[in-house]
Amino acid sequence: MLGTGLIKGLAETAKNFIGSYSDPERLVTVQYPEERLPLKENTRNFPFLVFDGNDSTKGLRCVACKICEKECPPQCIYIVLERDEKGKPQKHPRVFDIDISVCMSCQICVEVCPFDAIKMDQVYELSRFDRFDDLLLKKKDLAKSNDYYRSIHPTEANDVDARLAEEKAKAEAAKAKAAAPAPKPVMAPAAPASPVTTVASQPAPAVASVVAQPALPTPAASVETAKPAAAPPPAESPKV
Amino acid sequence: MTAVEQVDQVFVTAKRHVVDLAPLEFQPIISVLLSIIPILAVFPLLFAITTILERKGLGRIQNRLGPNRVGPYGILQPVADGLKTLFKESVQPRAAEKVIFFLAPVVLVIPALLAFSVIPYGRNMVPLEMDAALLFFFAVGAGTELAVFMAGWASRNKYSLLGAMRAIAQMLSYEIPLILSAVPVVMLSGTLSPAAIVSAQDTYTATIAHWNVFKPWGFAAFIVFLIAAAAESNRSPFDLPEGESEIIAGYYIEYSGFKFALFFLGEYLGLFAICGLGITLFLGGYTAPFSFLNWIPSWIWFFTKLLALVCFFIWVRGTMPRVRMDQLMNFAWKFMLPMALINILAAAAWRFVPILGFRWSISALIVATGYFALGEGLTQKGQYGKRTYKFAS
Repeated sequence: MLGTGLIKGLAETAKNFIGSYSDPERLVTVQYPEERLPLKENTRNFPFLVFDGNDSTKGLRCVACKICEKECPPQCIYIVLERDEKGKPQKHPRVFDIDISVCMSCQICVEVCPFDAIKMDQVYELSRFDRFDDLLLKKKDLAKSNDYYRSIHPTEANDVDARLAEEKAKAEAAKAKAAAPAPKPVMAPAAPASPVTTVASQPAPAVASVVAQPALPTPAASVETAKPAAAPPPAESPKV
Repeated sequence: MTAVEQVDQVFVTAKRHVVDLAPLEFQPIISVLLSIIPILAVFPLLFAITTILERKGLGRIQNRLGPNRVGPYGILQPVADGLKTLFKESVQPRAAEKVIFFLAPVVLVIPALLAFSVIPYGRNMVPLEMDAALLFFFAVGAGTELAVFMAGWASRNKYSLLGAMRAIAQMLSYEIPLILSAVPVVMLSGTLSPAAIVSAQDTYTATIAHWNVFKPWGFAAFIVFLIAAAAESNRSPFDLPEGESEIIAGYYIEYSGFKFALFFLGEYLGLFAICGLGITLFLGGYTAPFSFLNWIPSWIWFFTKLLALVCFFIWVRGTMPRVRMDQLMNFAWKFMLPMALINILAAAAWRFVPILGFRWSISALIVATGYFALGEGLTQKGQYGKRTYKFAS
């Protein structure tokens, strides 16, 4: 009969209308600024710099090797190596800028980094009033703690932590071997930090071990590379 | 006067007191102004309320919340919308007919406002007492077609012109059933004056009012009137003139800023006016449905019915998909027009059959027979066979 379809349709929409008041399950829209869906663990965009411990400048894993800067396809990374007053390289960056208006979140910088110092973030509310300076992230904007990294990518971060601890243990073993014939006081502070699980809480030794690792074959080079990186520990040695 | 009557007549007495204050030679003009200003104030306000009601209601029908950002529960959304359209640039195409392009929105709003002058909003509350007010209403309502075509033509845009052509075809087709559906009411109450039509319905049998919609011919006429009213005011499902998917926005594609807001306003004012007429003709105007509810002031009844009817149109908009052009024309000429004519026959039977029971059954029979027969003819069951494809199975 003509019109029955219209009545059925009207009944359906009336059911929706009343149902949307009585049954909150019907309102599936996420009210975005107030509530948001949890992100998937593998969500990733825009890199950040990982630091260990609490000090975002001293704990930075980055050694300013500039591999990421060279590999970056849109060339949005800019790194200047820190030097002391004598002009000696300091193994950490003085300037580390990423222009996220250029960055395409390709993750190549993360893949090439030998020190696990740069990782992908999960930020997405990045709108700014200035499209140039505000989107050029400086070192202090980029530095985020390892705990943060663990909170956003737990699985990946555990793998990285385990690997770093392993490398550190290996480096210490090698160091202990090297130190046995020719004992040096500089090596002393690194020795007590032996537990494998507490990598993150021990900032400087971790950096030292990672730096020391590739230079192992020649003892002379090992000492030379270990020295600047191992220089900070004496300041912290009472704590350790 | 009793207290109930005093509340009922509060606007009438207030107006008389104000007019009496003025010197004698200014009294006519003050009286006219006091009728016009409330209309100009109330209906645009109602337009604002309707936009938020519509957006909220449509949202709920689609299991959404609707606008909820501006003010508590989003109730200030119309203010934000209004300010936005006010501050927007009014772009005019270089090739447009400048004067006509400018005049079209004005010409659309003015007839819509004029139509409000003959609707009785409450007991003794007709702005313009006119014997042939119903004819005046339909004549003024036809003015919107002119405005729509002015807009479509002056924009010099093919989509505008297509939209305007569609609008003209649709409005002309549905004007006839609209007017014919009002004919039975005029026949039975014997007058063209809305106030007299309402007072003809202002009687009660066993507490139930004698509204025209409660009679078989009145019910059928009311349905025909509602459908034709939706088509006349370009409401969904008859919003072909502004079909977004085919012709973007139809005749007001080139309008922006305040002119666009005027089009929007004119459309809704047209809807309110035609709803007001429907209430007057079929829903007993300002009268209460049950005699024990007579203590509620008449103007509250009118505006309650108006809002209810507008909500019904919102409900329909949230339900029906847009019809196709051929369906629109088929429906107008193969169903609406014959149905309205059959309904006049039913009204005649009601007028001339003497006994009440006979009167009911004969009138209802004519309406029902017409409805089913026309419905069968329109749906055309079995006209098309199973579809066969040449190259696909």
